[in-house]
Amino acid sequence: MEQLVPADHPGGVVVRRRRHRFGRAVAPYLLSLPAGLWLLLLFLVPLAVMLSLSLKTCNPATGACTMTWHWAEFPNEISLYHQEFITSLLFAGGATLADLVISFPIAYWIAFHGRHRKNFFLLMLLVPFFVSFVIRTIVWEFVLSNNGVFLTTLKNLHVLPSGFHILGTSWAVMAGLAYNYLPFTALPIYVAIERIDRRVLEAAYDLYATRRQGFMRVIFPLTIPGIFAAFLLTFIPMFGDYVNQEILGGTSNTMIGTVIQNQFLVNFDYAGGASLSAILLVIALLGIFLYARLLGTRTIEQYL
Amino acid sequence: MANRSEKGAGRSRVATLESADVEFVHVTKAFSDVKAVDDLNLRINDGEFFSLLGPSGCGKTTSLRMLGGFEEPTMGTILLGGQDVTNLPPYRRDVNTVFQSYALFPHLNVFENVAFGLRRSKVEKSEIRRRVGEMLELVDLPHLEKRQSAQLSGGQQQRVALARALVNQPKILLLDEPMSALDAKLRRQMQIELKRIQGQVGITFLYVTHDQEEAMTMSNRIAVMWRGRIEGMGTPKEVYDSPATEFVASFLGASNLLAGSIDSSDASRTVVAIAGGARMVVPSERVPDLGGAREVKVGVRPEKIEIAAGAVEVPANHNSLTGRVRVSSFTGVGNQYIVETTVGVDVTVYAQNIGQQSAPRSGEEVTLTWPVEHTFVVKPMPQAVVLEETEGE
Repeated sequence: MEQLVPADHPGGVVVRRRRHRFGRAVAPYLLSLPAGLWLLLLFLVPLAVMLSLSLKTCNPATGACTMTWHWAEFPNEISLYHQEFITSLLFAGGATLADLVISFPIAYWIAFHGRHRKNFFLLMLLVPFFVSFVIRTIVWEFVLSNNGVFLTTLKNLHVLPSGFHILGTSWAVMAGLAYNYLPFTALPIYVAIERIDRRVLEAAYDLYATRRQGFMRVIFPLTIPGIFAAFLLTFIPMFGDYVNQEILGGTSNTMIGTVIQNQFLVNFDYAGGASLSAILLVIALLGIFLYARLLGTRTIEQYL
Repeated sequence: MANRSEKGAGRSRVATLESADVEFVHVTKAFSDVKAVDDLNLRINDGEFFSLLGPSGCGKTTSLRMLGGFEEPTMGTILLGGQDVTNLPPYRRDVNTVFQSYALFPHLNVFENVAFGLRRSKVEKSEIRRRVGEMLELVDLPHLEKRQSAQLSGGQQQRVALARALVNQPKILLLDEPMSALDAKLRRQMQIELKRIQGQVGITFLYVTHDQEEAMTMSNRIAVMWRGRIEGMGTPKEVYDSPATEFVASFLGASNLLAGSIDSSDASRTVVAIAGGARMVVPSERVPDLGGAREVKVGVRPEKIEIAAGAVEVPANHNSLTGRVRVSSFTGVGNQYIVETTVGVDVTVYAQNIGQQSAPRSGEEVTLTWPVEHTFVVKPMPQAVVLEETEGE
């Protein structure tokens, strides 16, 4: 390039070209600056604060904390609250499983038979999201309550014994969780089914696969990354959820989210709450790591 | 479920012993009110390489999909080896397809892609190994068994798609524009390859394409389709040299067509009076059934015409036109001329570059001559249709 610049104006052209190149190099960073700052201030800083808090020792009376590198906090918390972790695991696991089972046929139906109304059906799936999470859960409290429409009707019809109740049981919590997180399961599965090339399915039928085999050998295997993404998107937030347990659950069978909330807001044990949160974070990261190992990182980008 | 293994075992036996041919009997397929295929009658012989050729939307792919079982005919019957398969689902038909986009299974490797059909037919494991191996050998990909389909090039994907279909030894292999995703050079190579493979396996091929050169290079017989109907059928030479309709004449290669009306005809010769005043002699066997109409178009292929400068004596049994060269262009293999004739029609002429010293130049007066036996007559297209078609482009 340099030789092409005429000898009598050595500077001008070259400088302009450099500045141009400089702008090009910097533009992506400038564009990502707002998002970067946002992440730094509202995500990374609080995360660092939380992680350091989990190693501090705090005075419950004043709330003042000093760094003591108290690593023993983690095993302590685990031994104190392992039961709540297990409960969370069971509740979140059960509700996720229910969501997968419920949303697969929905997603399948919309993808294959939704025709031009696909977007409408997807919108219907998201309609509950126009109402706040907490309010939705409180409405479920009404629905499931002993004098609510649902149970009263079934009891009047003698389908259920008069002493039957759901509210305050594990089932109510799981039902609430499953309801609240259903779209997070249905959407990734929908995307996975939708992206299957219909001609691949035709090829399977052409190669003597019956409709059932076409599903088992082609549709289902191609949907697995979507199912795994749905699992992560649903299971991880459910695991730390406390609203459903608070509103729909009883006093027994506490989930870890409720414990963390209590540590901060009731017991003022900031270090304890922070270390429990850190443990939760590690579990979530393990799940994502597992996904990446099993299905590759590229598939995560496609669904999240 | 239970009869599937029987079917699998039966398939290979049937394919080798029976004379398997395909027959479309009065098949019509309508999508809402549009007839994609209109009263199709077609018979494909055992072991034949048959091409359905036509522009997009002519019904060729719909015909193929009806044979594959992906579309159900609105009316009519489809026979496969004498058996009525009109209402059978794709997996119950002894037919396999190479799809336009190949449609390989993205979650399976090359071996499993090819083995898919055999596994569904419950073929024994060792037998699957052997047949898949042989088939990959045949398509020249034996080293890629473990490769995922996403990691293959277009040409390799096509070979896998071919192997995946052929390994099942179907009665007939359907190929839906399989070359359209390949570049020109690879396409020519695959044409030769495909012809070789067909010769080796001896299975009937039904090839759907819009590429006339492709169809003519490979096929034993061609059917040219247009607007859901077959416009012309025969060997490539028959269809090219004596096209049945104006559509075939203009779709298949280049044609010079001169409007005129039949003046007189006897058993061997038909004389057509051209609109601009000249008279053309055509062998009577080249005149299609006109249903009593006299309006026709007389055609001649550009490469059949001899061009000479000035006034030349016309040899016996030749037709001739005179005119002035409007455009003369050198194409390497020859010269292409556009000649403004005295009958008011531009005629295209291809002259091969065989070292003749003086090619006529632009503006020069020339005489065009060609043998009577290379002249053909077609039924003219209705004017309304011609307009509609050009607007649709």
